[in-house]
Amino acid sequence: MAIGVSVVGRSFKYHRPRGVFSAGVEEPIALIQLGSGPQTQPNMPATAVELSDGLVANSVHCWPNVNRDIGALAQWLSPFMPAGFYYKTFMWPARRWMVYERYIRNAAGLGTAPTEADPDIYDKMHVHCDVLVIGGGPAGLAAALAAGRSGARVIVADQQPEFGGQLLGERLEIDGGPAMAWVAAALDELAGMDEVGLLPRTTAFGYYDHNFVALLERRPIAAAETGRLARECLWKVRAKQVVLATGAIERPLIFANNDRPGVMLANAARTYVNRYAVAPGNTVVVFTNNDDAYRTAIVLAEVGVKVPALVDVRAFAPGALREQVSAHGIEVLNGWSVINAHGGRRVRMVDVVALDEAGAAASGSRRSIDCDTVAVSGGWNPAVHLFSQSGGKLRFDNARACFVPDVSVQSERSAGSCAGIFNLDGCLEAGFEVGAAAAADAGFTHGARPKRPRAEAPEEQPMRPLLWVPPPSNGKRFGKHFVDLHNDVTIADIELARHEGYESVELTKRYTTLGMGLDQGKTGNVHGLAVLAEARGNPIPAVGTTTFRPPYTPVSFGALAGRDVGDLYDPSRRTPMHRWHEQAGAVFEDVGQWKRPRYYPRSGETMGDAVDRECLAARHAVGILDASTLGKIDIQGPDAAEFLNRVYTNAWDRLPVGRCRYGLMCTDDGMVFDDGVTARLGDAHYLMSTTSGGAGRVLSWLEEWLQTEWPTLKVYLNSVTESWATASVSGPLARALLAGLTKTDLSADAFPHLGVREAVVAHLPARIFRVSFTGEVSFEISVPARYGMALWTTLMEAGQAYGITPFGTEAMHVLRAEKGYIITGQDTDGSVTPIDLGMDWIVSKKKDFLGRRSLNRVDAMRPDRKQLVGLLTDDPSDVLPEGAQIVGEKLPQPPMPMIGHVTSSYYSANLGRSIALALIKGGRDRIGKTVFAPLVDRTVSAVIVKPGFYDPEGARLHA
Amino acid sequence: MLLIPCPWCGLRDEVEFKYGGEAHNNRPLVPDVHDDTAWAAYLFMKKNPKGLHLERWVHAAGCRRWFNVARDTVSNRIDGSYKIGEKPPAIAAETEESA
Ligand SMILES: [Zn+2]
Repeated sequence: MAIGVSVVGRSFKYHRPRGVFSAGVEEPIALIQLGSGPQTQPNMPATAVELSDGLVANSVHCWPNVNRDIGALAQWLSPFMPAGFYYKTFMWPARRWMVYERYIRNAAGLGTAPTEADPDIYDKMHVHCDVLVIGGGPAGLAAALAAGRSGARVIVADQQPEFGGQLLGERLEIDGGPAMAWVAAALDELAGMDEVGLLPRTTAFGYYDHNFVALLERRPIAAAETGRLARECLWKVRAKQVVLATGAIERPLIFANNDRPGVMLANAARTYVNRYAVAPGNTVVVFTNNDDAYRTAIVLAEVGVKVPALVDVRAFAPGALREQVSAHGIEVLNGWSVINAHGGRRVRMVDVVALDEAGAAASGSRRSIDCDTVAVSGGWNPAVHLFSQSGGKLRFDNARACFVPDVSVQSERSAGSCAGIFNLDGCLEAGFEVGAAAAADAGFTHGARPKRPRAEAPEEQPMRPLLWVPPPSNGKRFGKHFVDLHNDVTIADIELARHEGYESVELTKRYTTLGMGLDQGKTGNVHGLAVLAEARGNPIPAVGTTTFRPPYTPVSFGALAGRDVGDLYDPSRRTPMHRWHEQAGAVFEDVGQWKRPRYYPRSGETMGDAVDRECLAARHAVGILDASTLGKIDIQGPDAAEFLNRVYTNAWDRLPVGRCRYGLMCTDDGMVFDDGVTARLGDAHYLMSTTSGGAGRVLSWLEEWLQTEWPTLKVYLNSVTESWATASVSGPLARALLAGLTKTDLSADAFPHLGVREAVVAHLPARIFRVSFTGEVSFEISVPARYGMALWTTLMEAGQAYGITPFGTEAMHVLRAEKGYIITGQDTDGSVTPIDLGMDWIVSKKKDFLGRRSLNRVDAMRPDRKQLVGLLTDDPSDVLPEGAQIVGEKLPQPPMPMIGHVTSSYYSANLGRSIALALIKGGRDRIGKTVFAPLVDRTVSAVIVKPGFYDPEGARLHA
Repeated sequence: MLLIPCPWCGLRDEVEFKYGGEAHNNRPLVPDVHDDTAWAAYLFMKKNPKGLHLERWVHAAGCRRWFNVARDTVSNRIDGSYKIGEKPPAIAAETEESA
């Protein structure tokens, strides 16, 4: 600004040149792309970015550059781009949307997201405090002092790098000295208090339930670049009491072409002079409806900026202030209005018109005044965002045309200008009072209250609650009157929306995009409401306000993610044998949080080759699987059998000690939930196994039933998944292998299928389950987790003689599919009953269990429910994709009625062909029939069969 | 984020808990005496009041106990919590009857 740059960006819709409008986070138009490469941040308001050495910034939203912007052609098309333009134009046909969207996104062209991973670190802090003070201006610091002196734990957060708030841009006095000297003394005192924490550069962006407030702290760039400090920190604060001292945001008056570069908020113009020693322009016309902008005129004149006129829509003169302004030789036009700004890349002239006696029409004499800047003030909006987020109810103050806090819902208080107190002395008074009250409510009572500091409280003349300039006497406005500078929403757009039936403010907002930009309408929303209210003929309170949602200002994804990125995004669980699998070159897959070997490729093998080899080994020699991830729940108590009866579909009372049984669980709506084998280890002691991914879910669910519905059952559940490491050896040579490592009799007679033995294996205390998920003779050997690696390596060494082959989850899936065994969550999806799976044999008719009543619902007994069947493709080498839709009849083109879908599909090396499981409507009645899977590149025909392709009699299982 | 009073552990952050839906929607003791409509009502038709709601929560990342909470669904104000099998706090019961 000091070197005369006036255009910093282009507007969102019309690509009109835009300049700096404000001096804070409310900035609607001066957006920049900050930094470059992986650290770049788009759409930062230039007015809120702290300067640092070497800072890189670029304009957004213009091409090729801000001064020659091709998109500016849009402003000549603007008569064809009314409110709802995109909706009206691009709604149909839907398939063209893809084309339009690309055009629109390019034209809108807001900043660019980085394409590489962010190298910076981000932190999160969880803190509790007695009093959280949000805002470090006069009211906030006063509140912090009052609360801090009581001994309460206080956090003071302010979004700016320096404390002082509005005082930073003013030349006011407190107790007869410079106000900033009082700020410095207050900060000194606060810094000396053990229980007070000061957080500059920290925005409270969200006020959530039960006084939970989220703060975003931005660290100085230099500190972050040393790599020792997180770039940003997300503070999660639970406060007993909150003091909102969030200040107020000035708003403009709206006139034709009020978006020209050089049109700026009056308080911003003053701030640039006072705080940054920058003149906002050479010749400034001040335009106002209130006293405050008179101070801007005085400040500008004092530093030598030419102020040809102060235009005030009020007919009366505000006493002393007017005299001071006049003393600087500034012409004061009371009862006049700026109606239009001329100029392209900078204002060069404004038209001013005298208002009629009532101030309702711009009908009097007319002049033009040369200027390069218009400092405009339409009064102030208290920053009630956080108050409203907290659930507080707002009240509309008619005299000042703004919303102020009314009824609190949470433990918070507003102090200072965010509560509608617009003078310094009042802010100090409120700050001390509210700070003390908050501390008292948090349990910290004050001793003697020292005399509070004083500031001058000049007499204020009432503002005129007028937000846009009166129309000429014929009522017809000309030119664009921008309400929302960010999204290019004009008065005419809002009137049009209302004309088209958008009465509700929430709908008008979405139709016109009013207040939906990055600035969330901080300087324009109240104007929008006022325009809508007038169009509806209602007062503003009747129109209401849109919802204030978090965040108050944009929050980076990095801060929200914190350290939970990369490997720390989700915990990963590894079995005790993990390192062996890694060394064996296993390819891992995620099963829940577990890392499980999917297959073990040898050099030169594809995945298919490896899986085929592993599958053949498990059926012809012996395979070994790391089954440690299976969920294990220890169940003890005299009512354990009764408990199992209630949660499993089959009966458990007669299972003897030393035996195990497969069980299926349903939710109470009758849908299959999980399955697994449960063993009886003692009279009142069972061990339940669950799916690997379902262990936590099943335990929580069992606990819920126990605690909420069956509290009288004496049953205790405990997760023991991580306590055991399990190796499963499977295949015709499994028995011989294991026999060499244990004295336990493994013969089919002594240790039949579904037997359970305590044993010693390879000198390790072990538990052996004879259960099989492959259809071969299998022994699941569990040892305490710390012996897992020893067990595994011993089995591998001893197994060399038998051709032992480690196999992964993929081979396991193929082997079980060959047998027609289901995997819950793959062959079921929460809409499948045991009957749908053809597992009637496991559903007891004699007892109640979760889901039983639901199986008798009419819907559960429909004959056309999807049922589990097998599919054999006509071409045995063709493997159906899982998820493929199945049709009964092949039609020339879609749509074809779909009758089901493929749930599991593999190439089976043992069978020398492809196999699949599918859920097909009325599938069991269609056995033997041919169905089709229409795919993108081909249609596959297949025959429906029973789901069980290999050894259906189970001879191998019992061998 | 709510601050939830676990009857066993005291006030804790909502992140430690899991929500369990409507409380006192107990499973019928003899399911067979209920026709399909009544059974479906138990399974699927949950209260969704504007105002006081009695609901189950579990202190999943704490003591793992299930309990009930009386919460206002509009303001999120929590009027109290109580153990499974206990009666709702008096204030909650009154509000519910008058509602
Ligand atoms: Zn607890």
